[in-house]
Amino acid sequence: MRRYFPVPTRLAWKVWRRNRDVFFKTYRVNFLPPFIEPVLYLLALGYGLGMFVGDIGGVPYVSFIAPALLAISMMNASFFECTYSSFVRMYYQKTYDAMVATPLSIEDVIAGELLWGATRSLIYSSAMLVVLVAFGVVALPSSLLVIPFSFLAGLLFSGIAMCFTAVSPTIDTLNYPAFLFITPMFLFSGTFFPLSVLPGPIQVFAMAVLPLAQVVTVTRSLTLAELSPVLFLYSLAWIASVCTVLFFVSIHLMKRRLVI
Amino acid sequence: MQGSEETTGVEGEDKSTRSPIIRARDLVKNYGNVRAVDTISFEVMPGEVFGFLGPNGAGKTTTMRMIQCVSPPTGGTLSVFGLDVRDHPADIKKWLGIVPQETNLDPDFTCIENLLVYARYFDIPAKEARQRAEKLLAFMQLEEKADVPIDGLSGGMKRRLILARALINNPRLLVLDEPTIGLDPQARHLMWEKLKALQGMGNTILLTTHYLEEAERLCNRLVIMDRGKILVEGEPMDLVRRYAGDEIVESEGSPQVIACLEETGCRYEVHGDMVQAFSDQPRVLAKRILDTCNPGRVFVRRGTLEDVFLSLTGRDLRE
Ligand SMILES: Nc1ncnc2c1ncn2[C@@H]1O[C@H](COP(=O)(O)OP(=O)(O)O)[C@@H](O)[C@H]1O
Ligand SMILES: [Mg+2]
Repeated sequence: MRRYFPVPTRLAWKVWRRNRDVFFKTYRVNFLPPFIEPVLYLLALGYGLGMFVGDIGGVPYVSFIAPALLAISMMNASFFECTYSSFVRMYYQKTYDAMVATPLSIEDVIAGELLWGATRSLIYSSAMLVVLVAFGVVALPSSLLVIPFSFLAGLLFSGIAMCFTAVSPTIDTLNYPAFLFITPMFLFSGTFFPLSVLPGPIQVFAMAVLPLAQVVTVTRSLTLAELSPVLFLYSLAWIASVCTVLFFVSIHLMKRRLVI
Repeated sequence: MQGSEETTGVEGEDKSTRSPIIRARDLVKNYGNVRAVDTISFEVMPGEVFGFLGPNGAGKTTTMRMIQCVSPPTGGTLSVFGLDVRDHPADIKKWLGIVPQETNLDPDFTCIENLLVYARYFDIPAKEARQRAEKLLAFMQLEEKADVPIDGLSGGMKRRLILARALINNPRLLVLDEPTIGLDPQARHLMWEKLKALQGMGNTILLTTHYLEEAERLCNRLVIMDRGKILVEGEPMDLVRRYAGDEIVESEGSPQVIACLEETGCRYEVHGDMVQAFSDQPRVLAKRILDTCNPGRVFVRRGTLEDVFLSLTGRDLRE
């Protein structure tokens, strides 16, 4: 069966550890941005713009966008890792070639990359959570559940990213998903204004297909400690199932690209 | 490095009774419509240094990649350590040491970290890995570079580090794809020295090269490959004797000399303004040319693998 269906093994964690080691070698560069960025957004948007916006559905604007900032950091940390960074390792550094010359299979390598992308999502959003807690704009203790959830959300965006990486002819063509998919999603997923202000069809579209919209829904439920169970469970199930499918699809696509 | 307990070249045992490390039968590899490897068969025995010699595009790298279980064969059978490459890649790769044609050291790490991270892929415990890594860096004369990032290494050092990396798992088979490609003569000689030492320890080594001298120096047995096919197989000296003769007569290729050679009926080849003649009695032939054909100069030299190579693969340029 292994020949036809991609089955990674525990060796995937060796790849994960390689990436983790590199990350912590350069942690100074890696750790500052996730602390600074949310502060800037909170000040500029939450408090600056929030002055004019006031409340959204009884929630102060700064508390409304706090979960969106978390969701966006999950998306960026994992998506950009498994597109540009993975492409550099695959194509320029030949890291994958070196790895598959050991008992690691290509399935293990890609699975390790995806797990690492998910871990970056967890690291960055957790760092950001610390800042948001310090500003007192997220509810405790429910917000702590964001930490495990960020791994799942990160795995989802890693899988999406890896599919693009697998079919991208050059590193430049990765700009297409970055600008045409990630940027619009960043704006139209209920991040900085509620989806309900958009025309009906767009609302339906967002809730049906935009991954970030699902992640924002779940994260906001946790940081506001306000749960609408149907929507919450729908989004969670959506994320879990799409994540599972893309995990295997992205490995399959990578295998098709690299095993020649 | 092969520890004494891991030695594969069992001394005193008859070669024919041992099973081959690699067995390829009618091996084929297509890339789309391009046939890169065209129905080749060969066997590599324990303890030997086996060479693949051939011009660019001959299919050497493709063959190595199939042996490394990273490129699935299109047809034929290929087994390493008696295991089929299609069915047991992880079990085979566990015991392989690979030096790829293209340097793929990890630029995010230092020299020693490269070895340690690689050791982890083989499930070698950290303490053991560090011991092996230090020993290998010393063996490759890279101790001072242990904590230097990869960017700070010369080309020769990078190749030696890759060889060190390939030895981290005490491999039962070393596969070296153009181990000295792009190196200056000093670096190349140092690499040869290390490979000779590894050979002396009883390692089985498979190497590809397009440097004739390298093959002549290192290989016990070799094949010459061109356009996906194996043209000949044998021991370097035998091949020279068979296809070039022990000695070759070389002379200026003036029409007069060529007319002379036509008369003697011996085999000759014209290359540019030189002519090479092959004969059982090269010295007699040389004297005759000198005495009767009025050549500018004529001399007798030892036949080399290069002569075999060029006469089999032709002289047209491959790029
Ligand atoms: N990934 C590939 N896709 C298509 N053709 C390839 C690929 N790799 C090698 N080839 C072709 O296969 C042939 C053999 O190449 P290779 O095995 O690299 O030769 P060598 O190592 O002897 O120089 C060449 O014609 C080369 O162009
Ligand atoms: Mg090659």
